Amino acid sequence: MDRYERIFFWFSAAMLGVLLCALAYVTLGMHIHLPGPSGRIIPRAGQNLGAAVLSTPPFNHPGLRQTGPGEYEVVMLAQQWFFYPRRIQLPAGANVTFRVTSADVTHGFFIPGTRVNMMIIPGYVSVETYRFSRPGDYRIICHEYCGLDHHTMSAEVMVK
Amino acid sequence: MRTSVVYEPEAAFALPALQRRLISLTIYLGFAALGVGVLNGLAQALNYADIDVFKYYPGMRTYYQGLTVHGVFNVIILTFAFGNGFVSLTTARGLNRPLNTGLLVAALASLASGSALAAGAILSGRASVLYTFYAPLQAHWTFYLGLVLIVLSTWITSLNIFLMVRAWRREHPGQRIPLLAFISAVTYIFWDIASVGVAVEVVGLLLPWSLGLLPATDPLLDRTLFWFTGHPIVYFWLLPVYISWYAMIPRQVGGSLFSDTAVRIVFLMFLSIIPIGLHHQFVDPGISPGLKFVVAVLTFIVFLPSLLTAFSVMYALEIGSRRNGGTGVIGWFFHLPWSDPSVAAQLLAMIAFMLGGVTGLMNASYTINLEIHNTAFVPGHFHLTVGTAVALSYMGIAYWLVPYFEQKELWNRKFALSQAWIYFIGVLIFARGLISGGLAGMPRRTAISLIDYPKLPGWREAGIMTGVGGTLMFIAAAMFFFEIFMTTFFSRRAEIADIPFTDTIEPPAADGFLVSLDRFRYWIIASIVLCVIIYAPVLRSHIPPNLYSVGYSNY
Repeated sequence: MDRYERIFFWFSAAMLGVLLCALAYVTLGMHIHLPGPSGRIIPRAGQNLGAAVLSTPPFNHPGLRQTGPGEYEVVMLAQQWFFYPRRIQLPAGANVTFRVTSADVTHGFFIPGTRVNMMIIPGYVSVETYRFSRPGDYRIICHEYCGLDHHTMSAEVMVK
Repeated sequence: MRTSVVYEPEAAFALPALQRRLISLTIYLGFAALGVGVLNGLAQALNYADIDVFKYYPGMRTYYQGLTVHGVFNVIILTFAFGNGFVSLTTARGLNRPLNTGLLVAALASLASGSALAAGAILSGRASVLYTFYAPLQAHWTFYLGLVLIVLSTWITSLNIFLMVRAWRREHPGQRIPLLAFISAVTYIFWDIASVGVAVEVVGLLLPWSLGLLPATDPLLDRTLFWFTGHPIVYFWLLPVYISWYAMIPRQVGGSLFSDTAVRIVFLMFLSIIPIGLHHQFVDPGISPGLKFVVAVLTFIVFLPSLLTAFSVMYALEIGSRRNGGTGVIGWFFHLPWSDPSVAAQLLAMIAFMLGGVTGLMNASYTINLEIHNTAFVPGHFHLTVGTAVALSYMGIAYWLVPYFEQKELWNRKFALSQAWIYFIGVLIFARGLISGGLAGMPRRTAISLIDYPKLPGWREAGIMTGVGGTLMFIAAAMFFFEIFMTTFFSRRAEIADIPFTDTIEPPAADGFLVSLDRFRYWIIASIVLCVIIYAPVLRSHIPPNLYSVGYSNY
């Protein structure tokens, strides 16, 4: 390889290395994590997925509950073509853990303006925690195609 | 002393007329698919601008049916057809020997019948599952069988290429494989390994499931196998275009490629680092974040060969420009043969690819992905890459390839030139719209004109830009088809004996360590070992598959 080629190669590699270090800092230093393994729901033989989900805690009681001062948990079901619950209200500053699973097909769970962005895959529980510092109306959007009325699948988070 | 990228550069091209016709039919099949694809693309773009034209499309029932047509026709049928035809041609020229006619016919038949089956299923509304066909959404079995036949056509093409390379090597022991044949062969070796994921998914799970032989399927396993292939597939779309950028464009601008070795290393880097598809699953549950970070690192490493390509191709362009009187630090760039539509289209494609590369790196950037995953940012990105770097390059290549196939002059160079510019301007507006929409939280793969909640701030402006840019792209695509049609049927005869190919200033090494670059066996083993290391931890919990998801066809 030519000298200029070598210089360009190492310059490119160094640039990518610096960017990777920045990403490592974001996740290790600032504690912004990607979703990972956080629970499974596997139906028994002959049982359908929807029934398995509805009989597995906490998905047998979906909804909002307070778990401590300023700490909340939202247990949510995603199914064709709505989220349940469809609307939740939170005080500003609430630190919320979303626990979501699907009763049928693959869905998405995305709140624009936040970093809450997860795939909802049948048989898996997706978990993400986020602090809503700013009051306002947020929208939860299903951002994975899930059938005929996919575009109508959304829910609201009202932060007061 | 410059070395040609082909064997026997002075001799006449030993491709029989029948084989040339078969290759042209394969590529025309791809262009026909592009026609259907962009017709639906127009409706997709207008949808973002709040205009629902699907109800006027004959036979189309829903936005998602149209989106499935758009994806499958443009990025599966078009790209595979172009790859099969073009890379067969470049291998043949690289070694200056004929292909196997039987295998050419078999590949075309497999591709055509597979495309017909998949198209039938989609157009009849029984496969509106998009190009990713995520289970448990279930398509009609003919859709999956069609995909099997389409992939089979690429494997038959591989066989044709490998047999040719093997025969040439037997006749020329101890010689380096000519560069054009080398990069052609690596493209298909790469794809053969990469396609194993989707082959196992479709043949092992989805096809029997759609036929009722399996009661249920494992959605995360399906996704993982899909993306094992689904990321490398983008390089399978891209590498035939790299062949043109490396081995043909330098000649077309009057230049030379600098280093033979650098090009071989670039292609081998793609071959060595296949298992990066998990970066499409950064926000999936059930996969460990640590492994996701490892894959982010690998993805960044695969960015290197594309940066090196930028260097080598730019270098070759500069050599060409300066040979023809180009001067200045930047000035030489404007002195390139911009009036040649084939060159201009591909130069514009390269510029778009820089923006596509940057946005792609953002997608792959681990936590940044949380901001943009499955938003309109993603189609904004890939219309710059596959939608322009690849598609506009195909058009630029067609401007010399179709004249070669038909032995005709290009019908109207100015018309072709304006076609390329309109497409380029169109995609810049279009992608700007989608990218800003994505950053404002607009989801992708969603009928935005039909949502039942108020648009978020920024979506309306983003949608208008998308609609305007997409309309320009559609007009340019229509102009492309008109140019090709006129060239084929109403242009003057011309004798075009050969295809363009360049030479290199630094020849391939004749001995020493670098000769082992041509020993495919080592690179294949290294590639498979890395695939196993990355995917074993993910697949372990799916052996045997967790078959609990029944199919849904409510689309």
